[in-house]
Amino acid sequence: MSSIAVSPRSIAWQRRRRALAQAWAQYRRHLPGMIGLGVLVVIVAMALLAPVISNHDELRAVNTVDNPTWATPSEFPPLGTDNLGRSVWAQFVWGARISLLVGLAATLIAIVIGSVVGIAAGFYRGVGSAVLMRLTEWFLVIPFLPLAIVLAAILGPSVRNIILVIGITSWPSTARLVRAQVLTLKERLYVERSRALGASNRHLIGRHIFPNVSPIILANLTLTVPIAILSETTLAFLGLGDPTRASWGKMLDEAFRAGALSRNAWWYFLPPGLGIMAVVIAFTLIGSALEEILDPRLRERRK
Amino acid sequence: MSFGYFSRKVLAALATLAFVVCFNFFLFRVVESDPVASLFRGRNLTPAQRLELRQEFGLDGSKGEQFVRYLQQTAQLNLGRSYRSNQPVSSEIRERAWPTIALVGVSTLFSAIFGILIGIVAAWRRRTKADYGWTGFSMATYSMPDFWLGMLLLISFAVALGWFPVGGITDTGSDATGVAKLFDQAHHMFLPALTLTLAYLGEYALVMRSSLLDTMREDYLTLARAKGLRDVVVRNRHAVPNALLPVVTLIAINFGFVLSGAIAVETIFSWPGLGLLTYDALKGPDLPMLQGLFLVFSAAVIFFNLVADLLYGFLDPRVRTP
Repeated sequence: MSSIAVSPRSIAWQRRRRALAQAWAQYRRHLPGMIGLGVLVVIVAMALLAPVISNHDELRAVNTVDNPTWATPSEFPPLGTDNLGRSVWAQFVWGARISLLVGLAATLIAIVIGSVVGIAAGFYRGVGSAVLMRLTEWFLVIPFLPLAIVLAAILGPSVRNIILVIGITSWPSTARLVRAQVLTLKERLYVERSRALGASNRHLIGRHIFPNVSPIILANLTLTVPIAILSETTLAFLGLGDPTRASWGKMLDEAFRAGALSRNAWWYFLPPGLGIMAVVIAFTLIGSALEEILDPRLRERRK
Repeated sequence: MSFGYFSRKVLAALATLAFVVCFNFFLFRVVESDPVASLFRGRNLTPAQRLELRQEFGLDGSKGEQFVRYLQQTAQLNLGRSYRSNQPVSSEIRERAWPTIALVGVSTLFSAIFGILIGIVAAWRRRTKADYGWTGFSMATYSMPDFWLGMLLLISFAVALGWFPVGGITDTGSDATGVAKLFDQAHHMFLPALTLTLAYLGEYALVMRSSLLDTMREDYLTLARAKGLRDVVVRNRHAVPNALLPVVTLIAINFGFVLSGAIAVETIFSWPGLGLLTYDALKGPDLPMLQGLFLVFSAAVIFFNLVADLLYGFLDPRVRTP
């Protein structure tokens, strides 16, 4: 190796790149994880290609007065129409965007709050940390769905509010997980040595604590997305979703209200449910694969 | 179980309950503007009538006075009056609680039994077709929105086949009593209970499976086998009882959450419980009713968390010592 490129930072980066490559090599051998990744790629591609593979105009009832209502998939390919003559396929494809967006954005909020609270509560000692921990435990027992329902009813229905509501109700489990991890990490010898050498709290968190909890945060992130997507579905089904944007939950809400069940209009409520199932299974498979690869204790169990 | 452990857990639960009671007040007061004005929009109210209505709903005075009055009333289990029906919230909740408790109780029981059995089979026959089949089944039911599963069951068994009623708790206009009434209610409860059972069984099966897999690596099982015990005995007497621990606590904790989780499923089947009450209160919105329901749901979770903690302390001697 030439001597010019060697600095502590470049060594650290090389090490990280190697670790990442190693993790990917392990992940590729993990069949359920790869299946989950494959399913997710297909659905994300469908959501991104929505303008190409479907007609956005078919979403609005004003444009669909000429369409037949309650048309079966064979009468109006590919997925038939609803009670207003709107294309179910267009709703499904555009709804994927909102469901994925809400799931990912809400998870991001929850993970950021949960990680900050967890690291702070685990790393620092004193009154503030104790209060944070209490708060986390309290929020853990507040039933999530009623709280989300009440908040959504008070804030009013919009995509932004749904993201906020799910985000700020889902952080406590992440916070608890991260805190437990930080508590054991900060007692490690290398943290103690770094502190003895005069490292500041900021340096310790940034260089030692955070890099070591980030794999766990990543695995937790992929396991939080399906919960967030299922929550969006339930909230939208209860009529708390954005009334102007199609999502999978809203499709189920509208199908139920329009009487798709008694009409046996399976093409209306089957696709959104299957879509949700596919996304949830995909993220769960990816999440548990990551957990197994990144957590050495679980890796052992696979032997 | 030591008295110290017991009293510590009960005190913590009471503190949590106190937090929820206060949180509940502020959650609803932060944004609420003037419900009297919006409820009676378009009607000519004299200022005196307006004041009277405010007093009736407990909306007069400063926020501080309201808070003190709210605490007094909540302590007496008075949860205010519903905007929609003008009935006391507490009596409506009490009336609707039984259908939900019956539905959730039955579903929790069956999902626990079948979930645990599936988990045992999957773990014990690990990496066989039985394991893949049952684990796949558990994953599938776990990842469905519960009300969507309810819609599928409803359309197949009630609409298409006509084996079960499409909703409600009794046949409309039925004046059956005694055993006939009970049978009628059970007939109505079958599909919603099946929905919730399937929806919750997946989680128990997956947790039981991984817990048993962990237990199977313990040294005392190797010892049990080395003693020459038969496989069935090792499983039923040594592995399963220890692996059950996390599942039992999970079930106790979930019971509190399921009470509120049945909102969408109750809506699908028009099951007249707390979930349907919540759904109806959302139109409006009927804030005193939502506030009361929120308090009841939170109290249920806190109570069953306490039950889970105490159960754990009773079953697992290791956690009793601080």
